[in-house]
Amino acid sequence: MIRNPKDLQRYTASERANHWVVGISFILLALSGLAFFHPAFFPLAQLFGGGVWARILHPFLGVLMAISFLAIFFRFKALNVMTPADKEWLNRVGEMVDGNDHNMPEQGKYNGGQKMMFWALAVCMLLLAVSGIVLWRAYFSFPVELVRFGAVIHAAAAAVMIALIMVHIYAAIWVKGTIRAMWYGTVTRAWAKQHHRAWYRQVTGK
Amino acid sequence: MALQSLDIARRSATTTPAPGVRETAKVAKLIDVSTCIGCKACQVACMEWNDLRDEVGSCAGVYDNPVDLTAKSWTVMRYAEVEEKGRLEWLIRKDGCMHCADPGCLKACPAPGAIVQYANGIVDFHQENCIGCGYCVTGCPFNIPRLSKEDSKAYKCSLCSDRVAVGQAPACVKTCPTGAIQFGSKEQMKDVADKRIKDLKERGYAQAGLYDPPGVGGTHVMYVLHHADRPELYQGLPNDPSISPLVSLWKGFAKPLATLALAGVALGSLFHYVTKGPNEVSKELENELEKEDAK
Repeated sequence: MIRNPKDLQRYTASERANHWVVGISFILLALSGLAFFHPAFFPLAQLFGGGVWARILHPFLGVLMAISFLAIFFRFKALNVMTPADKEWLNRVGEMVDGNDHNMPEQGKYNGGQKMMFWALAVCMLLLAVSGIVLWRAYFSFPVELVRFGAVIHAAAAAVMIALIMVHIYAAIWVKGTIRAMWYGTVTRAWAKQHHRAWYRQVTGK
Repeated sequence: MALQSLDIARRSATTTPAPGVRETAKVAKLIDVSTCIGCKACQVACMEWNDLRDEVGSCAGVYDNPVDLTAKSWTVMRYAEVEEKGRLEWLIRKDGCMHCADPGCLKACPAPGAIVQYANGIVDFHQENCIGCGYCVTGCPFNIPRLSKEDSKAYKCSLCSDRVAVGQAPACVKTCPTGAIQFGSKEQMKDVADKRIKDLKERGYAQAGLYDPPGVGGTHVMYVLHHADRPELYQGLPNDPSISPLVSLWKGFAKPLATLALAGVALGSLFHYVTKGPNEVSKELENELEKEDAK
């Protein structure tokens, strides 16, 4: 595809780099974490050099993800404030999923679903980071009741977050012309006009 | 520890059955707290047999030394001074792994084969498979396993599984000068305990009894207690211990369900794509913009 100079800039290079630091650390965390989640996934530990290495690396990757997520959180927080139009969009999300997006309410840079995703991921991230510290026996020591509670929270938040990220990835695959925004930053004007019309008008002035 | 020749009945992080056609008698260690003199010969024998040399500690003002279990101290004597009916009672309990029939450590362990339960009931840690996460510590209702600072592996009493495998009693049993620690089949140990409890009851300990808590399926280390109604008198021996419901939730049905749910999301996405097709930018919009450009 030849890049059209009239394409719209959706993400800056630094936003994209930030996203991929979060993304790569998340994938490594999910793979190493699943190894301890259920015996069916234990072979995934081999990707990290065995169970001991997976156990050693997982929390450090967690610190990396927590810090890089925090950066992305502050970058995009203001853009993800829910508006009445988002609620309307969410009420009619069934039509969208059904493949009929022509009558959906006009959306800004992010639609209601993306905003929900943003806040749900932020909550999961907070729960994972706090409970993760409780479980990190190499450096921390907490009362066993708290560790037990932390283990349940960590596993539950992780499962929810993996499901959310699956939806996040699928949405990017499903809506054609989306992934390039995170590869090299631009989207076509037609893409913007179809999926985020208010944002299209804002950036083009049309 | 490895180098064992005992049948394994249960293995951590393993969802298929272990070989189980051979029948092995269940063993047990019986600790008669009422005849223990607190000499710590068992601690010494444990160090000796298992080649463990813990750091030399300092006196904490009580007889307890070392003051707690460590990765290198698999058994410690705990001394409690209790006043009962105006008399001082010095309750001395040899603490260490209870070898639960339903072991919380094994349930919590994510590393296949790092914790095993032999067919004879002994729960053993195989450190070569241990990944050092400390989940066993989280799962244990008795606060027994300890992570080593040196190698990040978890350690605890093995009930001298290497000795038991060749027909020997554990080192602590062998060395106990008063016969307060005995070893044999679980049935036999219960019989020994019954006689002793009867004796204690005749001597004024009406609440004497056996500590073999059913909440963890019974244990393969049992105590004869003078005050079986109040095990907490013995330096916090738990009354009616069981695997925490949080550990059961964490390691029980929730995870297979979550795994199915994740598979559902992945397959749901795939079939959504297959049935609905991609959400493409409409040709009309593209053409419209191209026309504008051409102007």
